[in-house]
Amino acid sequence: MKTGNSNTWIYDKTFEGLLSLVFDCYEIKQFPSKILGKTELQTSMFTADYEVISDEIKAKRVWKGLNKKISKLSCEMIYHVFLSEMEDIEILLLNYIRKIFDSPENIEYNFRNESVLKMLKINKKVKREAQRIIMFVRFQKTADDIYYASFEPKYNVLPLTTKHFKDRFADQKWIIYDMKRNYGFYYDLENMSEVTFTESLVDTSSGQIDKSIMAQSEEFFRELWKTYFDSACIKERINPRLHMQFMPKRFWKHLTEKQR
Amino acid sequence: MNDKILKKLEILTNSAKYDVSCASSGTNRSNSGKGIGNAAAWGICHSFTDDGRCVSLLKIMLSNHCIYDCAYCINRRSNDVERTSLSVKELTELTIGFYRRNYIEGLFLSSGVIKNPDYTMIRMVCVAKELRTLHRFNGYIHLKSIPGASMELIREAGLYADRLSVNMEIPTETNLKLLAPEKSYADILAPMRSIRTGILTSKEDRKKFRSAPKFVPAGQSTQLIIGASSDSDQQILNLASSLYKQQELKRVYYSGYIPVNTGDKRLPALTNPPLVRENRLYQSDWLLRFYGFGVDEIVSEKHPDLDLELDPKLSYALRNPHLFPIDINKADYEWILRVPGIGLKSARLIIMSRRYGRLNSRQLQKMGVVMKRARYFITCNELSSLTVNEMKPEYSRQLFVKKILSKKSKLPGQLSLFDHERVKMLR
Ligand code: SF4
Repeated sequence: MKTGNSNTWIYDKTFEGLLSLVFDCYEIKQFPSKILGKTELQTSMFTADYEVISDEIKAKRVWKGLNKKISKLSCEMIYHVFLSEMEDIEILLLNYIRKIFDSPENIEYNFRNESVLKMLKINKKVKREAQRIIMFVRFQKTADDIYYASFEPKYNVLPLTTKHFKDRFADQKWIIYDMKRNYGFYYDLENMSEVTFTESLVDTSSGQIDKSIMAQSEEFFRELWKTYFDSACIKERINPRLHMQFMPKRFWKHLTEKQR
Repeated sequence: MNDKILKKLEILTNSAKYDVSCASSGTNRSNSGKGIGNAAAWGICHSFTDDGRCVSLLKIMLSNHCIYDCAYCINRRSNDVERTSLSVKELTELTIGFYRRNYIEGLFLSSGVIKNPDYTMIRMVCVAKELRTLHRFNGYIHLKSIPGASMELIREAGLYADRLSVNMEIPTETNLKLLAPEKSYADILAPMRSIRTGILTSKEDRKKFRSAPKFVPAGQSTQLIIGASSDSDQQILNLASSLYKQQELKRVYYSGYIPVNTGDKRLPALTNPPLVRENRLYQSDWLLRFYGFGVDEIVSEKHPDLDLELDPKLSYALRNPHLFPIDINKADYEWILRVPGIGLKSARLIIMSRRYGRLNSRQLQKMGVVMKRARYFITCNELSSLTVNEMKPEYSRQLFVKKILSKKSKLPGQLSLFDHERVKMLR
């Protein structure tokens, strides 16, 4: 689809790619009205007018430029908002970044401005989702002493949580896997690396590892945890509305205490 | 570990669950080398029970045997309940096993009084010590000190625990004597003071030597049972405020009395636990600690009890219409905080953004201000509509009570409990 002023750009859907895109905009003095990932383009009705090639040097220069103009926290916010993967998030980000570069005064705390406030709100949602991984991830111990957990976060927030797990579980091997995006991180007591399973012994409907690779004590610990969870509830205070608000149904699948 | 432990876990969790202080915040303990765990400063909830309460710690009793007979307690010696105890080894294994699976942030251990206070306290200290030294566990540990235990044991407990609590339970001494004849305020205040001194000394030492041992780094807390005795909210809030000021407590928890022992003449006959009142107390506590309110602004001789229909901030504003409206574009932070419908976060956003220009009501709404409430108490860029100052008091009260009731029993439950801990992150 090509209408009068539309200008569709495509990129590789990485953060580096997006920063390279910003660089190109300023270099060729053109700004897209639509930004799509290469694969998204195939299923859309748009045609590409320009393709951005990811370039580490360009990306670094833009990132440096941002860090000079705004606080570290606001820079992080840009990355978080990118991870939301919301529709047309690239346009919001581009507009925000342009405002930062183009306006003479620092606008990062001007919450009277709608896009500044919108960034803040999305940032909050993304951080909240990352926090929920930290809260709700349940590790299952395998026979070869790896603690495995799968999760299906709404946003692509796994990278925001690995530092926490590395610090906390430094003396155990673990894997956290995003079943929705089909990738995860593996920590082997020394290093952490990104992994993708081609074949796995994890049941996709429950996120549970197969009994054949489960550690001996695993089922007993699950039982213990369920018993604890049920006993800790005060019946006089039961409040399903509150329960659901704090622990929405979409997380139940991977929660040991909710598996019957 | 075997199947017997399942039964023990069930009994001892059931006995411990009425203690509401579940927070695990306040410590930043990093993983030293290759041990297990750390404690995050913002207290992580790992699950929520069906009653909507945060599950952060393995909250359990070492034993529910007890030689005391407190009227409000399910484990009192005159009750015919199943009794059991966990061994030190069983407790540490449970804690570590749960922790490694990311079920919990750590352990919250309390106990009935077995034989005598010291006998019990020694066992509790032993659990904490083994976790820290044998298992190199850096997660969160909260120990509830046993009333009457020796100061040496309390001090030792403080070297391993992140938090210690000494529960006051009943807000006035006369009522405590009535309901828990074996306990006294002296037995409660002595360990509290000793912990306070320990914390202060350790802070001083650590200024001089970084390696000086930490002592109860997450501070101490206490719990008050609400509605088991006739004490007024004014008495309760005055007590809380003095505990914060004089004992430098980190938290006071309020626990609506759950009628576990029916038939005891000393206790009121309740059908439901006083959850709304409990929530109003949490809200008031919040106002004391973060909004700069004094107790006498929330309750007074004339109004010794909190209004159950209105939250304490709104109720304060309606009793003091002459102080409003507040000019959003000019007023100090402290005054903006006093406006019903404006929280800590939106007050911050207001202060930060008004430097760039005047704010209007649409922008306020976007910043999270609840305009349905706030509009009667503020002026912003536009001309203000009718404000509370021009209304008759009966009318303004009606306005809000009706609105709140029509929201259809949005029972607050313990929402507050969770939020309280989280707001720390913002500060
Ligand atoms: S001392 Fe504690 S466990 Fe024993 S009866 Fe009193 S409140 Fe219950």
